[in-house]
Amino acid sequence: MGKIVIKAENISKAYELGEFSTGTISRDLERWWAMMRGKEDPFLKIGEVNDRNKKTDSKLVWSLKDINFEVEEGSALGIIGRNGAGKSTLLKLLSRITSPTTGTIKGRGRIASLLEVGTGFHPELTGRENIFINGAILGMRKAEIKKRFDEIVDFAGVERYIDTPVKRYSSGMYVRLAFAVAAHLEAEILIVDEVLAVGDAEFQRKCMGKMGQVTKDNGRTVLFVSHNVESVKSLCDTAILLHNGRMHENTNLADAIKIYLQQNPENDRGHFVNPNPPVNLEVYFKQAYIKQKGVVTNALFNDAPIDVHCQLQCNIPMKVSLEVIVRDHNGLPLLFGPIGLTQQREHELEPGVHQMVIRLNPPYLAKGSYFLDLIVAETGKRIIDIHESCLGFEIESSFIAASGWSFEHNRGAGAMLLNAFSYFEDELPAVH
Amino acid sequence: MHESDKYWEIKPNTSLLDIKLKENYEYRDLLWLLVKRDFISFYKQTILGPIWFFIQPIFTVLIFSLIFGNVAGISTDGLPKPLFYLAGVVTWNYFSDCFIKTSSVFRDNAYIFGKVYFPRLIMPLSVVFSNLVKFGVQLLLLFAMMLFYGLKGGHFQITWYVLLFPVLVLLMACLGLGLGMVVSAMTTKYRDLAFLVTFGVPLLMYATTVVFPLSAAPERFHNLIKFNPMTPIIETFRMGFLGTGTFSWSMLGYTTFITVVILFLGVVTFNKVQKSFVDTV
Repeated sequence: MGKIVIKAENISKAYELGEFSTGTISRDLERWWAMMRGKEDPFLKIGEVNDRNKKTDSKLVWSLKDINFEVEEGSALGIIGRNGAGKSTLLKLLSRITSPTTGTIKGRGRIASLLEVGTGFHPELTGRENIFINGAILGMRKAEIKKRFDEIVDFAGVERYIDTPVKRYSSGMYVRLAFAVAAHLEAEILIVDEVLAVGDAEFQRKCMGKMGQVTKDNGRTVLFVSHNVESVKSLCDTAILLHNGRMHENTNLADAIKIYLQQNPENDRGHFVNPNPPVNLEVYFKQAYIKQKGVVTNALFNDAPIDVHCQLQCNIPMKVSLEVIVRDHNGLPLLFGPIGLTQQREHELEPGVHQMVIRLNPPYLAKGSYFLDLIVAETGKRIIDIHESCLGFEIESSFIAASGWSFEHNRGAGAMLLNAFSYFEDELPAVH
Repeated sequence: MHESDKYWEIKPNTSLLDIKLKENYEYRDLLWLLVKRDFISFYKQTILGPIWFFIQPIFTVLIFSLIFGNVAGISTDGLPKPLFYLAGVVTWNYFSDCFIKTSSVFRDNAYIFGKVYFPRLIMPLSVVFSNLVKFGVQLLLLFAMMLFYGLKGGHFQITWYVLLFPVLVLLMACLGLGLGMVVSAMTTKYRDLAFLVTFGVPLLMYATTVVFPLSAAPERFHNLIKFNPMTPIIETFRMGFLGTGTFSWSMLGYTTFITVVILFLGVVTFNKVQKSFVDTV
């Protein structure tokens, strides 16, 4: 057992929903009065869980609730969880950007947090000037920065441009410089957000290497937050899994990752319920969700078709076709799926509620988030009901068994099958 | 890195007066670097560069001389008009810049504050020091003009009160900082105050003895004008450098008292708000 360097006891964080200021001066005063007398905040309700889909009476939501953990010296702790699980909040608390509502975090050792690289970079200043500013913001003394200056410049590989304003840097150079400063912090505890998702593949590898080296060689402690299971696996020894602001019971790394991958993020974006069903439309979507291999999930893999189960309300008998558009995380349309390409073009619907399945066979998709548009159209005439980006899913891993490797967005959003041949003049493969 | 990080504890609420001066001191390098950054980035990619520091007061003084001096014919206590106005404008600018820039410190730096922890007090302090640099540069303009009028034989004289100059600067800095911090802390919740400051502070200048000497103001307004803690500062400044003005220790004492109270309020409210403001902005 190593020394404990961070100990979090019962930390919770409540956020207020809705309007902050208007009309709440009276409430502010009431709260202030309670605080002055050393009483608990009268507007905190205990026991509510952060579930974004359920509306509650209370205007406060617990973004984190009763988090307890310890971190040993020299270990790397991974913090994983779906979007909205409370990862960022936990990071903010640990890095003292905001204070917890209840509980304490005790620790020993200097702490440096990298929620982002390049904080405080000023575009007009040169690389050299920015290294100093950024280093100082991250907590380094001027003398320390001076001492490591050459190392930083060398790591970033920007010697030639060090006296050029950073606004003239390419985005890659900018990020490399920013990361280099961060990577050379002399802190015993390093808190890292998914900053590694930046830069080109080679630089990412370099960063990961640096992070590993930081824990293994220098005996420093790293807290690492990521969606990227692969990086967590390779970097961390232990992990905590957050779900709706609560911590999963103490688990080891492998278990935490397993649960994380199985976790059904249905209440996130995987389930669509038409918020205001139109009464006058001939046919419309009532709800929809995604299934893969018979399981309701939106954490998908590339090795099986994606089934979109939808419930349609039809008001008059008519012929319709169902279509989908797959969008990337920026909302850019990637793929269009008109049903007519593969099977009967139209479906004749009688008035009533219909359950239908749209089975997608997309090409291999890169790891990441995607959105689906659902469209019901009167064949060849007009769109009747369309829901843009109403369903979301994640490709958890883009590992392609046949090739033995996985590919990322920097290679493209989708992979296609190709064949390469060697040939001789007289036996050219037939080209059509 | 910083010594105080050796053992740490993050707790929900700390006492109002826990301002961690030691921690702030350990971040002094950051303070200087921020001041340097402000100074350098101010004139990067401008043709005239640091000359811009002079242009604003010169033109203000020109306009004031024209409007208040010639059109309205307000007395300048027998001083050459540009000298009288410049002394007022330069000092007032220092105070108002400290005040206005500090009052938006949370909004201006919300992005950085949301990403990195460092003692938040460093930011308003850097504002005060950056403006001190600007103030220093503008003082050179005043000295140059004093030399010019001195050679021309203008009527002014430097008096012993000039020794109070460092005190005056300290008072202005603390007053601007304190007021700014009170406002900045409150604007994170109630934005209205930001609007009040942007139009209120320039108006407040007319309730200070910048464009007129206290002696020229109607008697019945004297108490009102003296109630403004900036008035004694500007009067003493003029008294020291130019030899005219109304000086009294009680007035300066009053300003000092007000400044200490406001600075205390500012530090306390600022310290209170900085703990959780990321959640509300």
